Amino acid sequence: MKGKRMHDTIKRAAAGLAALFLTVPAWAAGGAKAAAATPDPARDWDLLWNEVIFDITIIGILFAIVTAWFIWQARRRPGNEVGASVPLSPASAVGWVVIPIFVFLSIDLYTAANGWVLWNTFRDVPANRMEIKLEAGMYSWDYTYPNGVRTQNELVVPAGTPIVLRMTSRDTLHSHYIPDFRVKEDSMPGRITYLWFNPTKPGEHIVTCAEYCGVMHGYMAGRIIVKAPEEYAAWMKGEETRLAALTAPEPAPAAKPAKPAAKKT
Amino acid sequence: MNLKEWIFTTDHKRVGVLYLIGSIAAFAVAGIMALLMRAELSTIGPTITANPTQYNVWLYTHGAVMILGFQIPALTGFFANYCIPLMIGAKDVAFPRVNALSVWLFYVGVILALLTFFIPDPPDVMWTGYPPYSTITTGNTAMYSFTVLILGFASIIGGVNFLTTVAYMRAPGITLNKLNIFVWCTLAAFVLQLIFVPVLGTAVSLISMDKYLGTNFFDPTKGGDVLTYQNLFWFYSHPAVYVIFLPFIGVVYEIIAAHAKNMVFNYKMVVYGGVGGIVLLAGEVWVHHLYVSGMADWLRIGQMVTTLMISIPVGLMMIGLIGTLYKGSIAFTTPMLYALGVVFLFLIGGLTGIPLAVPSLTIGVSDTYYVVGHFHYVMAVAGTFAIFGGVYHWFPKMTGKMYNEFWGKLGFWITFVGVNIVFWIMMDVGVKGMPRRYYDYAHFPQFEGAHQWMTVGAAILAVGFTIAILNWILGAINGKPAGDNPWGSPSLEWTTVSPPPHGNWPSPPSVSEDWHPYGFKKG
Repeated sequence: MKGKRMHDTIKRAAAGLAALFLTVPAWAAGGAKAAAATPDPARDWDLLWNEVIFDITIIGILFAIVTAWFIWQARRRPGNEVGASVPLSPASAVGWVVIPIFVFLSIDLYTAANGWVLWNTFRDVPANRMEIKLEAGMYSWDYTYPNGVRTQNELVVPAGTPIVLRMTSRDTLHSHYIPDFRVKEDSMPGRITYLWFNPTKPGEHIVTCAEYCGVMHGYMAGRIIVKAPEEYAAWMKGEETRLAALTAPEPAPAAKPAKPAAKKT
Repeated sequence: MNLKEWIFTTDHKRVGVLYLIGSIAAFAVAGIMALLMRAELSTIGPTITANPTQYNVWLYTHGAVMILGFQIPALTGFFANYCIPLMIGAKDVAFPRVNALSVWLFYVGVILALLTFFIPDPPDVMWTGYPPYSTITTGNTAMYSFTVLILGFASIIGGVNFLTTVAYMRAPGITLNKLNIFVWCTLAAFVLQLIFVPVLGTAVSLISMDKYLGTNFFDPTKGGDVLTYQNLFWFYSHPAVYVIFLPFIGVVYEIIAAHAKNMVFNYKMVVYGGVGGIVLLAGEVWVHHLYVSGMADWLRIGQMVTTLMISIPVGLMMIGLIGTLYKGSIAFTTPMLYALGVVFLFLIGGLTGIPLAVPSLTIGVSDTYYVVGHFHYVMAVAGTFAIFGGVYHWFPKMTGKMYNEFWGKLGFWITFVGVNIVFWIMMDVGVKGMPRRYYDYAHFPQFEGAHQWMTVGAAILAVGFTIAILNWILGAINGKPAGDNPWGSPSLEWTTVSPPPHGNWPSPPSVSEDWHPYGFKKG
């Protein structure tokens, strides 16, 4: 058991170090990177989050017990009217600086390495992705699919396909937060930001605004509906037909997209 | 007591007391805002107001006034003014009239902040004032800008004053290694204020120029950039966390040393490693407030490392505190309870901050109640406990009278329980996805029960704080005489009479070679 844990630790540290040195070009490029199997950032987030919470809980409880023990031991009572600490020798004074620095620094770098690996998962978009444009505004999420289909506050996606949102805003700051996928990123006028998530199985997920955007900030919500691929294809076919019907009379649909195809319900 | 004497006073102790009265008043107002918000959130949908803007104004006032009107003025205004000249054996500060000016400006700032309730278009921009919302809202952003500018200016001239005072006005024999930890902490806080407040001043000025004068610093359609503001704002506002943290941990050091009657553990480690390390790192970690704001990826990774490294100086300061408790002679007085409360609250707040240093974990919980719970533990509540403990600790010096120990302890325990109910639950619902700054949470009905518990907790902690404040008022009016040095501390402020006269000492103090502010002797 202990050996297993030790082994895991070494593996993790090695992975962290490798990430430290090897992935610089990857995140510097910030772009797509082919991967053998599509990673699942939400699952990896849960793993690292639970590990960090477990560790800080252990540290916190140990620290609290030691402190409480010191306090109880040092309570004022007959025979203990004044503190008994003596000045430290120069060697132990330096030791009490150097050793904690090494302990804290190693915890920091270990955490940083693991965090960095996860960061790459969140930022390196798989090559088999679907790109969807998102324009946020007071107070709605407006999605545009690659084929021009538009929806508002409701994003329908096929299970198993990584979805990347290229986001901007037409007015104030907004933040497209999907609690179930553990991901958010602000959108703002004048810049394009992105996030991606991996909807592995059919279901519904809340989207909510996580950056104060105005009076109705608390009501800026939407849904992500993950459908099985064949259901998604059927839905998309219907949307395309609608879009075609709406844009047919227009001479140049690409130059002048129609009114949003859909506020879907 | 003559009101005119108080208003035109240049005595650092009276200036300090004026700061205390003003900041406690600000605390009361901002606390009532918190209670109103908690009442509103106790049910889904409108509860006590049907107007979201009303809620947003409470939220803005709570944040801005707690930080700019309560914590910073109480710590760098009241404690610095009252204690520093006494601790270094000076008659007064270097520039007493500048000092008076700073407290006047502080009152102007607080009054300006409170006018929020009387103007038709109160600011609703949160204490951060992010554009583009702050430049397009119908709320009064100028009010926000000028409040920040005036309070910032008051703080800057205070900083110049205290750096000069400690540099030139120490009593003979008080070398740099014999300064109280609180003096070191406050000096460091003022250094940070002097470096970083101008950046905040710039940021909030540009906001108002964009809104009222037609400039386009933050409007991308005309060549500006939205993110610039967030960088400027947090380039100040993260160091501002240390402007609050350093003095409050300094107060905790003073309380723990005096009530454990023990020397500070590894003094030089605390001063040079802890305080010095924080000053060095303070300006290199602001991006951790912008982990999901669309910053460049390399900046987020780089500042993840610097942010995690903050654990080193902060850890050294915690080791210093625990080491001071070890082998001490701890009396569980009211100030000591508050100080020990800070140790445990700060432990929770500090550890829950570790995941927030990592951008890939923050991406899940940023802008949720988890963050709100974390910073209330680590800064808001820990700082407030330190302030309350500090006021209790120096209460006999200020008034010459003793507060009521029973009510003091009762107030502490009630507050401690309330705080943990509110902010522990808050972190829990945050991890589950409850976003912050919501007037209503209609699409998260599963959190209604947790919100109701938080409202109960808020009511409990309000009772605790009220007991403490009443205890001070009643103690100042008819407390028992306390004597000059009720805690038996060798620190210089306890060697003069209580309350100290104008000029502080009947004859100028000097200290012997083996004197140290933490050299507690038997007897």
